[in-house]
Amino acid sequence: MPATSPATSIDVRALADAATRAIASHADELTALDQAIGDGDHGANMRRGAEAVRARLDEIAGQSLPDAARTVGTTLVGTVGGASGPIFGTAFLALGKALPEAPTRADVAGALSEAIEAVERRGKARRGQKTLLDVLHPVRDAVADGADPARVAEVAHEAMRATGGLAAQKGRASFLGDRAEGHVDPGSRSAQLVIAALCGALDQGAPR
Amino acid sequence: MKKLINAPEDVLAESLRGLAAAHADILTLEPAGFVRRRAPKRGVALVSGGGSGHEPLHAGFVGLGMLDAAVPGEVFTAPTPDRVSAALDAVGTEAGTLLIVKNYEGDVMNFDMGAEMAADAGGASGEVRRLLVNDDVAVEDSTFTTGRRGVAGTLVVEKVVGAAAEAGASLDDCVSLGERTVRATRSMGVALTSCTVPTASGPTFQIGDDEMEFGVGIHGEPGRRREALRPADEVAREVVQTILADLGEAASGPALLFVNGFGATPAIELYLMYDAARRALEGSGVEVTRSLVGSYVTSLDMAGCSITLSMLDDERARLWDAPVHAAALRWGV
Repeated sequence: MPATSPATSIDVRALADAATRAIASHADELTALDQAIGDGDHGANMRRGAEAVRARLDEIAGQSLPDAARTVGTTLVGTVGGASGPIFGTAFLALGKALPEAPTRADVAGALSEAIEAVERRGKARRGQKTLLDVLHPVRDAVADGADPARVAEVAHEAMRATGGLAAQKGRASFLGDRAEGHVDPGSRSAQLVIAALCGALDQGAPR
Repeated sequence: MKKLINAPEDVLAESLRGLAAAHADILTLEPAGFVRRRAPKRGVALVSGGGSGHEPLHAGFVGLGMLDAAVPGEVFTAPTPDRVSAALDAVGTEAGTLLIVKNYEGDVMNFDMGAEMAADAGGASGEVRRLLVNDDVAVEDSTFTTGRRGVAGTLVVEKVVGAAAEAGASLDDCVSLGERTVRATRSMGVALTSCTVPTASGPTFQIGDDEMEFGVGIHGEPGRRREALRPADEVAREVVQTILADLGEAASGPALLFVNGFGATPAIELYLMYDAARRALEGSGVEVTRSLVGSYVTSLDMAGCSITLSMLDDERARLWDAPVHAAALRWGV
């Protein structure tokens, strides 16, 4: 995404294709992460959502960026279930509501802020509780500070890794309290995979 | 893990089809993905649901004197909001609808979104209220957790409130009765083996042949501690003591004692645990006047059981005794 001027063309199909491919190909890892601290359903649920989005790729390809985000959000809410469906679905629905068709960097940062607020309201959660918010906050800050896609992906990766040092306070992992320490949060891993894939689609040099 | 299934992704649909065919006199399976009572009623509608894998909870409790609809999600996964919304549209009445939700974030969020969707669509489902069940004393309440889990006590809440709704209680009365029932109900469980989710490649947790998970959740989530397996009497005594301590002064007088299997523990052991729990209650001031023993709120193929104690006043005892005709619970009809 350019720093000041609106993007002239964003390939929404490439974005959705990369993000859903990343989730689907890591479903077993996501399940293993969730088995360590949750109930082991995260990978299968996210894969179901990703495949449902992939089934609509042709439709998404013809949509504007905000409409595509809304389509992804609606699809996730209707297919994923669990805690992840409302959380990831709410995030994309909020992005769809906030993003203009040709966003500037500031627009993207602002839309991420809207998505973060929506997720916080829906999940009654805040930063520091070992959730995807611990990835979304630094990613939003990096975008706002002018980081390029490769750097944003690095920030997401570092933030995801850092959730391993947090005690869970939300979701089923919270029932473990300190026993969840040392395990990366599966929802944070999913968020990071999506962000890395989106950054990669925007900039082929970004780390996966 | 060996399972009698065709394909992991078809387990829920095929199981629901079987349930609907086996109990066609009681319930129907709707294409929108929920189970509803065949004979509708006029009063307050009761809707529950949650992740599958706990059968017969919740669909097995749809019927006369209990639930009007149950909304199943994938295994251990809360149902999506569109299913909740569809169920509300289908069974909601002018008297209102009570959503009975086990206290898990996924369930709370999806049921809330479902209720919002139904309200936005302007359906005729009347006022919708939510009742949270959080009877598991295993995990300590704290400001840093989402609170206690909803487990086997959910059956007691659905039975008692269902009987009241059947008798024409108002939505306010159903909510109030439900809250009192939740406050009077405590549960805790132990697991001897893990469950295995059909779509997962292995068991949810690793546990030694000589170990138990004390305070386990109904999705195989960890409880208070992992420790060496002890004799049934010792296990029952500690579970009962923990429940009594948590009830505090309320632990006095008539009560329902409910020993619930998690799926892979045979009835012979459940009755043995019931016997142990009865003896553990001697001298406590709690008088067991109602009993239930069986696998009703399961965790797939997990071995182990939970013990639930629900204190009864005259009203709740009468409602427990009231007729019920559901796939998994039937008396008085």
